[in-house]
Amino acid sequence: MSLAHLEPILFAGLALVAAISGLLVVIQRHAIYSALYLILTMGSLAGLYILLEAHFVWAVQVLVYAGAIMVLFLFVIMLLNLPREDVPYARRDFRRILLAGGLASVLLVELVLVLAFRPHAGAAKVLTPGFGTTETVGRLLFTQYLFPFEITSVILLIAIVGALVLAKKHFS
Amino acid sequence: MHVPLSAYLFLSAYLFVLGVIGVATRRNALIIFMSVELMLNAVNLSFVAFSRFLDSMDGQIFVFFVMAVATAEAAVGLAIILAIYRNRETVDVAELNLLKW
Repeated sequence: MSLAHLEPILFAGLALVAAISGLLVVIQRHAIYSALYLILTMGSLAGLYILLEAHFVWAVQVLVYAGAIMVLFLFVIMLLNLPREDVPYARRDFRRILLAGGLASVLLVELVLVLAFRPHAGAAKVLTPGFGTTETVGRLLFTQYLFPFEITSVILLIAIVGALVLAKKHFS
Repeated sequence: MHVPLSAYLFLSAYLFVLGVIGVATRRNALIIFMSVELMLNAVNLSFVAFSRFLDSMDGQIFVFFVMAVATAEAAVGLAIILAIYRNRETVDVAELNLLKW
């Protein structure tokens, strides 16, 4: 049995895990469980990236998203040591939840309708060799996308400085 | 048999809407923040799926930039939440109404 035959099964499994753990992220009462389920969601998305032959993005997803960003989240959650929420949703008005749910379902229906009525690209194209590898991504980043890549470094520097200034003990 | 592009896009739309619901209904600033991350991940999935089905690397480059911005956003956002918690002893957005008129 080749990978091509396994592809729908793998997709179904990973999509199911992503869908369920994504739902649990939103409905958990304790932030730490939300964070753990978010890691699970990101992990299954990483699996989907492998199915889509995006090897570099897979590695970055695991290292940066499921690794670095979520560890940062967990650190902050544990640092704040928040109690379990008794009223996890907006207090008083269920109107707000209804409004949010209504708007969200309108959005979902619209997205699904757009997807259902658009003519699709059809079958996946035959990939050029080297698709999704680190080498290809790196080559593009340092040639065609050099300027945005450099801007990214500035953004990260500003983020570091900003985070330090904001999280400092006594800032005035 | 291959998985069609629309399957990936449906999953992406579903995850994005989940993120929207989380942002709109939750009160814990940290969970709202995680819902934003969920939306970013949903969009990344769309990018990678299109990249695969159009045989174009541009989508993956975009995902790279989205991830870089998400990292910066997470660092600054969590620092802001930490600063708010120090001043107000809460991360409940329903109680953070100082700027409300």
